[in-house]
Amino acid sequence: MTATLLIAVAVFGACAVEMVEALTIVLAAGLTRGWRSALEGAGLAALLLAVVVATLGPTLIHVVPIAALRVVVGSLLLILGLQWLRKAILRASGHTPRHDEDAIYRREYARLSGIPRSGSGRDATGFVISFKGVFLEGLEVVMIVLTLGLSSGRLDVAVLAAAAAVLVVGTAGALLARQLSEVPENALKLGVGLMLVTFGTFWAGEGVGVSWPGTDLALLGLLAAYGAASWILVAALERGAAPGELAA
Amino acid sequence: MSLNAAVRAFGRFWWEFLFGDTPELAVGVGLALGAGWALAALHLALVAALLPLAVLLLLVASVWRGRAPG
Repeated sequence: MTATLLIAVAVFGACAVEMVEALTIVLAAGLTRGWRSALEGAGLAALLLAVVVATLGPTLIHVVPIAALRVVVGSLLLILGLQWLRKAILRASGHTPRHDEDAIYRREYARLSGIPRSGSGRDATGFVISFKGVFLEGLEVVMIVLTLGLSSGRLDVAVLAAAAAVLVVGTAGALLARQLSEVPENALKLGVGLMLVTFGTFWAGEGVGVSWPGTDLALLGLLAAYGAASWILVAALERGAAPGELAA
Repeated sequence: MSLNAAVRAFGRFWWEFLFGDTPELAVGVGLALGAGWALAALHLALVAALLPLAVLLLLVASVWRGRAPG
C-alpha cells in the first residue's frame, strides 16, 4: 500500500514536471504557427509514447527475470533521481539559475514568429516543434512509468497516475495559458527526485540481495533520510551562494 | 532518417541520459551496487545501511562538484 501510493505520487509529479516543460513549447507553437498543427504534433507524440509503454511494458515483465529487472530499473531510477535531485538542490540554493518557463516561452515565441509559413494549410514547423517537445520531454516520463510500474508490478497504477497528470496539467495549462511560471517546478523536481532515489535504492538493493528491515516500510525511512540530507545540503549551500543568485 | 543515424541517435540518447554532465553519478551508482552485491553475498546485514549511505555520499559529492565557484 505504502509503495503503491508513493509510486502514484512519484509518477504524477514526474509527469507534471515534464508536462509543464512540453506545454510551454506547444503553447508557443500553437500561438505562433496555428493550433491545428501544434495539437496534431503533440497528439502524435503522445500516441507514440503510449505505444512504447504498451508494447515494452508487458514484454519486459514476461521476458526479464524480476531480480535482474530490479537491478537494471533500480540503477536507472537511482541515476535519473540523483540527477534530478542534484539539479533541484543547486537551483534551490541559488547555485544555478532556476528553470524559467516564461523566458523559455518568450524565446520560443520570438523564434517561431520569425520563421515564414509554408502555406495556408498545415504548418510543418509548428507540427515538428510541438512533436519534438512532447516526445523528448515524454521519454523521461515513459522511463519513469516503465521502471516504477514494472518493478512494483503495478504498471496500471503508474500509467493511470501519468494519465491523471497529463489531464490535470493539460487542463490547467489550457486555462492559465501563459502563467506556467506559477507552477513550483523546482519543488516538484526535488520531491520527485527524492522518490526516484528512494525507489532506486530499494529495488536495486533488493536486486543485489539486500534484505531491507521492515520490507516496504524501509521506503519511508529512506525517503526521510534522503529528504533530511537534501534539506541540509540546500541550507549549507545557501550560505555559500552570492546574494543576487539567491534573490533570483 | 537512415538506420545508421537512428542507431547513433539512440546511442546518443542513452549516453546523454546515463552520463551527460554528471558521469560521476552513473559510475558511482555502478560501484555502490557492485559493493552492495559483494557485501550482500557475504550475508552482511550492514549493507542495508551502507547502500543508502553510499548514495548520500554520491549526492553530496556531485552537488559539491556542481556548486558555483566562490
